[in-house]
Amino acid sequence: MGLMNSNSRANMMMFKKLMVFSLVMFVFGYALVPFYEKFCEVTGINNLLQPDVLTKDNWVDETRWVTIEFDANTRGLPWQFKPLQSSARIHPGEPITVMYEITNSSNREIAGQAIPSYSPRFLEKHLKKFECFCFTKQVLKANEIRQMPVQFVIEPGLPADVDTVTISYTFFELPDGGSTAKK
Amino acid sequence: MAAVHGDAHGHGHDDHHPSGIMRWVRTTNHKDIGTMYLWFSFTMFLVGGFLAMGIRAELYQPGIQILEPELFNQFTTLHGLIMVFGAIMPAFVGFANWQVPLMIGAPDMAFARMNNWSFWLLPVAGTLLVSSFFVPGGAAAGGWTFYPPLSTQGGLGVDLMIFSVHILGASSIMGSINIITTILNMRAPGMTLMKMPMFVWTWLITAYLLVLVMPVLAGVVTMLLTDRHFGTSFFNAAGGGDPVMFQHIFWFFGHPEVYIMILPAFGIVSEIIPTFSRKPLFGYSSMVYATASIAILSCVVWAHHMFTAGMPTVGQLFFMYATMLIAVPTGVKVFNWTATMWRGSMSFETPMLFAIGFIFLFVIGGFSGVICAIVPIDIQVQDTYYVIAHFHYVLVSGALFSLFAGVYYWLPKWTGHMYSETLGKCHFWLSMFFFNLTFFVQHFLGLAGMPRRIPDYNIQFADFNMISSIGAFGFGLTQLLFLYIVIDCIRGGEKAPQMPWDGATTLEWTHLPSPAPYHSFETPPIVK
Repeated sequence: MGLMNSNSRANMMMFKKLMVFSLVMFVFGYALVPFYEKFCEVTGINNLLQPDVLTKDNWVDETRWVTIEFDANTRGLPWQFKPLQSSARIHPGEPITVMYEITNSSNREIAGQAIPSYSPRFLEKHLKKFECFCFTKQVLKANEIRQMPVQFVIEPGLPADVDTVTISYTFFELPDGGSTAKK
Repeated sequence: MAAVHGDAHGHGHDDHHPSGIMRWVRTTNHKDIGTMYLWFSFTMFLVGGFLAMGIRAELYQPGIQILEPELFNQFTTLHGLIMVFGAIMPAFVGFANWQVPLMIGAPDMAFARMNNWSFWLLPVAGTLLVSSFFVPGGAAAGGWTFYPPLSTQGGLGVDLMIFSVHILGASSIMGSINIITTILNMRAPGMTLMKMPMFVWTWLITAYLLVLVMPVLAGVVTMLLTDRHFGTSFFNAAGGGDPVMFQHIFWFFGHPEVYIMILPAFGIVSEIIPTFSRKPLFGYSSMVYATASIAILSCVVWAHHMFTAGMPTVGQLFFMYATMLIAVPTGVKVFNWTATMWRGSMSFETPMLFAIGFIFLFVIGGFSGVICAIVPIDIQVQDTYYVIAHFHYVLVSGALFSLFAGVYYWLPKWTGHMYSETLGKCHFWLSMFFFNLTFFVQHFLGLAGMPRRIPDYNIQFADFNMISSIGAFGFGLTQLLFLYIVIDCIRGGEKAPQMPWDGATTLEWTHLPSPAPYHSFETPPIVK
């Protein structure tokens, strides 16, 4: 048989090299995870946890009104979560602060993270947030009630045919209770 | 050299080999293993084909007639997984097992025992995959790309699928290591890299692609598994993960995978076209470089599968242009094949018919691929039947037709008998007709907006769907004819001479009798 020929040493060397290469590629698959997060952070894609800064050329478009509806949800954790006002009417370019309230109605300390969602989807491009409870995790002791602000401006660049937008937050429980969502 | 490898049930073999079923279980012979790979992939092809028939039967008319939506989704998902991982890929590995040692003048594969193992993993994985239909909740139903969150929410069937992909991945990696080592270390004296047959070249590059991306697939399904059962949040937004990241990692594997399924097809066609044109392959070295360029480019185009998943314009432009760039080396290949045929003394036996059919239809699939690469069009046709039509033109009339071509081309060498030319030609023309009947109309359905993976559709799509289903039933039945032709050829028929095709120049034709002996090239041939 061809197995025990003079090639077999060279073959084993090649086998080892290729096995190592395969293992490296397996690890590379996992390395893509932090790489992906870093890439999104550096390029500002998926930038949910970073505050925006107001550009100097911001102006207020007093010729039109935009109605903002506020929505609040929880998913799988025993909190009550609501905005203190259900909607607001502002001029694009005008900063606004909205208060939200969360109540931990359970008897244990729970950590949660709020994830925003916008309608229409392209609102994200025109929304500048300076402060938000969603930038960090929120840890609530048993039966604690907390009021938290969101401060933002909708830029006048918002397409003219949009007169109502919705800003929604959903709180998710952080499973380990401690370390925050990384991004 | 030992006794002659007789028929598929192989009774004529070395006396110290076990006989009966144990021969196949314990064999380390590259020809036996190649044969098993081919039969396994054909079996999976029939299973995947059965699922396709189910899909087309449901889509024969609007409304829900045969398959409930849940089951329909399982059918589409498993059809894709079985055809990609169970049929096309193992079939090409089967060809590599049979042909690579014969074409480079090696006595066997480099690691004969590992070769046996990498084959016998396949039936295990195949059984896991098929049996997932019968567990509570049924088989995976989130599409063959198993995107989360559907794949993190599915039932036991998804776990079986994950394990199955793990096993198939291990098998592919071992197979590739074997092929690379065989090609690099065991070529006959005088056969330099640039004298290797194109089929061997394409497989060398394919095997490198496999060891590059298969481990990444293994990684991503492992992440899915730990997300499902061990509390990690790689793809779970609530835990700080990102489901879109799955798509990036999956397609980092998935796009090279597309070329893993087509490069060996290019290799087979590059053997057949020169033989039946009785001319050497035009532009051999440009073919080698084109294959390598396609392989390299295939690693930087993955996000064209995700234009609608959200991406900055710069990213969309990069992936669009990089994808369109692949058309250049692919075009080089098509022009080289055409130039090979130019003024050749062509004859049109079945392998040649399938090879020309391949070029003709693959080019259509290639063009619709370039169309899909254009971002604004892709956003329109994403997840419609246009995409289905596109990838069936490259995978069925591309990869599968080349496999048929290769089987007809090498059957005389493998079995020692000529297949029935008349029936072979019938198989080709029926496949050609029914394939186009099935898939050409799907372009129109897609452009009109019919979404994929939905068991019901608007009444406006009814006529084209009926045509497509009739085509699919015809195509499915035609493949039973192929099964008959192959069995008929194994069991008897006209004796094949050593060189049944005038124009063949590779070692298996010039140096070995038909059928190829069970042990060949124990003394390597000298290549001038």
